[in-house]
Amino acid sequence: MLQVISLLLENKPGALMRVTGLLTQRGYNIESLTVARTLDPELSRMTIVVDVEDNQRAQVIKQMNKLINVLQATDLTDSPAVCRELVLLRVRTPQESRTAVLKEAEIFGGRVADSSPEGFAIEVTGDPEKLNAFIDVMRSYGEIDVTRSGSLAIALEAKRLKLQPPVPTRAGRAEEKVSAS
Amino acid sequence: MSTLMSGAQMLLECLAREGVDCIFGYPGGVTLPFYDVLYEHHIRHVLVRHEENAAFAAEGYARATGKVGVCCATSGPGATNLTTGLVDAMMDSIPIVALTGQVSSKLIGSDAFQEADTFGITRPCTKHNYLIKRLEDLPQIIHEAFYIAASGRPGPVLVDITKDVLQGQGHYAPVNSIHLPGYKVFTEGHTGQIRRAAQMVQEAERPLVYAGGGIIAAGAANELREFVELTDTPAVNTLMGLGGLPSDHPNFISMPGMHGSYAANMAMTHADLLIALGVRFDDRVTGRLAAFAPHAKVIHVDIDPAEVGKNRAPDVPIVGDVKRVLAKLNKLLAESEAKPSEKLSAARRAWWHRIREWKAEHPLQAVTSDTEIKPQHLMAEIDRLSGGQAIVTSDVGQHQMWAAQLLRFREPRLWINSGGLGSMGFGLPAAIGAQFARPDKLVFSIVGDGGFQMSIPELATVASYGLPIKIVVMNNGYLGMVRQWQTLFYNHRLSAVELDCFPDAEKLAAAYGFKGRTIEKPWELAPALEEAVKEPGPYLLNVRVSPLENVYPMVPAGGAINEMVLGPPQPAAVPAK
Repeated sequence: MLQVISLLLENKPGALMRVTGLLTQRGYNIESLTVARTLDPELSRMTIVVDVEDNQRAQVIKQMNKLINVLQATDLTDSPAVCRELVLLRVRTPQESRTAVLKEAEIFGGRVADSSPEGFAIEVTGDPEKLNAFIDVMRSYGEIDVTRSGSLAIALEAKRLKLQPPVPTRAGRAEEKVSAS
Repeated sequence: MSTLMSGAQMLLECLAREGVDCIFGYPGGVTLPFYDVLYEHHIRHVLVRHEENAAFAAEGYARATGKVGVCCATSGPGATNLTTGLVDAMMDSIPIVALTGQVSSKLIGSDAFQEADTFGITRPCTKHNYLIKRLEDLPQIIHEAFYIAASGRPGPVLVDITKDVLQGQGHYAPVNSIHLPGYKVFTEGHTGQIRRAAQMVQEAERPLVYAGGGIIAAGAANELREFVELTDTPAVNTLMGLGGLPSDHPNFISMPGMHGSYAANMAMTHADLLIALGVRFDDRVTGRLAAFAPHAKVIHVDIDPAEVGKNRAPDVPIVGDVKRVLAKLNKLLAESEAKPSEKLSAARRAWWHRIREWKAEHPLQAVTSDTEIKPQHLMAEIDRLSGGQAIVTSDVGQHQMWAAQLLRFREPRLWINSGGLGSMGFGLPAAIGAQFARPDKLVFSIVGDGGFQMSIPELATVASYGLPIKIVVMNNGYLGMVRQWQTLFYNHRLSAVELDCFPDAEKLAAAYGFKGRTIEKPWELAPALEEAVKEPGPYLLNVRVSPLENVYPMVPAGGAINEMVLGPPQPAAVPAK
């Protein structure tokens, strides 16, 4: 079953590789993955949709939480969350269908990003099912090209983020002891 | 206050501040700046003969002491050769830090000479890894590496350092604190769960302690001993946990699992409470998971939350340092005024009675023969000389299982073997690391004729440093464990397992300048081992044992652990009683 995982992680080289490696080494196929910086530029937020057996879902979250660069891993599959995706679609359409295409795009809340004599480039956001329907409709008008962003998810309930405090190094501990005595 | 120094100097300064006294390594092109500083540094460098063995030696050092072991290698082949040792340390939760050189940062990605993607290759082989491309990051990262390796569930950390960083000059200021906001270490354990655990322990009729490598890693041997004595609970120690409870402790049964004793496996199967301490319900212990400890409730204490519930859902999960959790549990139990009912006391007595019966029915025995040396006989003789006090390292396979069954270990950190990964060629380099860590100790390296030939280059290291390691080759002329499986499960078709050419041990040892000998008669065994132990330097004893002996009991792969094959010629499985 598809599992939706939200990760907050340090924006460091190799952090993405650790996350994907953890999934690929278990033979899981990643359906989609999005990642970008958060308000804090040192952190990234990642949304992963991955095909995992139900009984392994908790284990995957625990393994993610073990990664040094991961601050928080959350399973959003069954918890209150909003899931959205962006589609960029180019449709080649003859003159006579142009108006109809624009009408259809409007129904899906789409926005025309580019218009040319050959057709349109349209952007639509929504949940994955709505986007599938939009793509199907557009296909009926002519040849299409599609890029999807992959799911972005946000939990509706804030989960308390617990960060670990700094710790002294071995020499730091020794020096603390000296200054204390 | 800061001082101008090179990256290599900074690196050694940081290592010294982490208390490193010994590095196992092999130099190369990009680590030249590091070795140049090492030339006049007080930290000792041990030159091994293959990088894989540098990692194994660092593991041996760490396993013998609990301190972080350090190894280093150059870029490219040096780094790739380390990987088996890294995975080995990962599987057995051994704290090591591996330092590798990398080509200059400007050359990375250009297929430069001896370039390999060490950072990428070792990601799944390590608890964490780093690539340092900026000198100013170096001190912080080195201290982070040591902290990560040693804390929580220990493991290997690799730091890949580019040559320009090692050569560069910068201002060094000592780092006294590190910050890893996402690195969670759970130590205390949930108080409520510990209280529940205490109650379950008091109410159980057939409790059993199932203690593993976590006891050793946490230094919790005293707490474990206190627990079993306080509650008079019988205990099994896994392959990784041997020595966690002294082998001659009256509450110790033996090792459970695929080649565990009859009594240990029967106790697991019939217990009504498993107190699982620093274990991971490994397949070699549980056999068929669905049939494992079917009547038992489980208290599982482990520092790694991902281990709790991974293979067996516990009734009482406790995520914490097993030393601290046991200390709290012991305190609760000692202060408890609950007296066991007469019925419970009778049930406990009956439980102990059954365990003693199982022990007597099929004890682990040192089989001997008048004409040939039985491998079990060899282990018994080594045990006699060790008295449960020597450090014993092993590879993987039949010799490892016989040693685990028949050798006693009075303390933790004496039994050093490749448990999870099962690496051949581990025993000798691990013994080198252990002997450097514990020069006061008698060290036996018990290896098979297969694994020994994988680590033969290290005879030079042994000779060069005059390490008084007693290398005992249990030589049956086969890859014994593979042959055993071919015999039992592949219709005796012995495919590619015969090792028909073995060097003359006396000449081989002499070629390196120390003593060696081959024996094959049972009456030669005791005197030869005594001679080896008396010898002040290294000794290579090649013991020709009966070639077709198999390790029993054995739980066939996928079987339940009470369905043991107890001995040849393949008797019917013993049903659970």
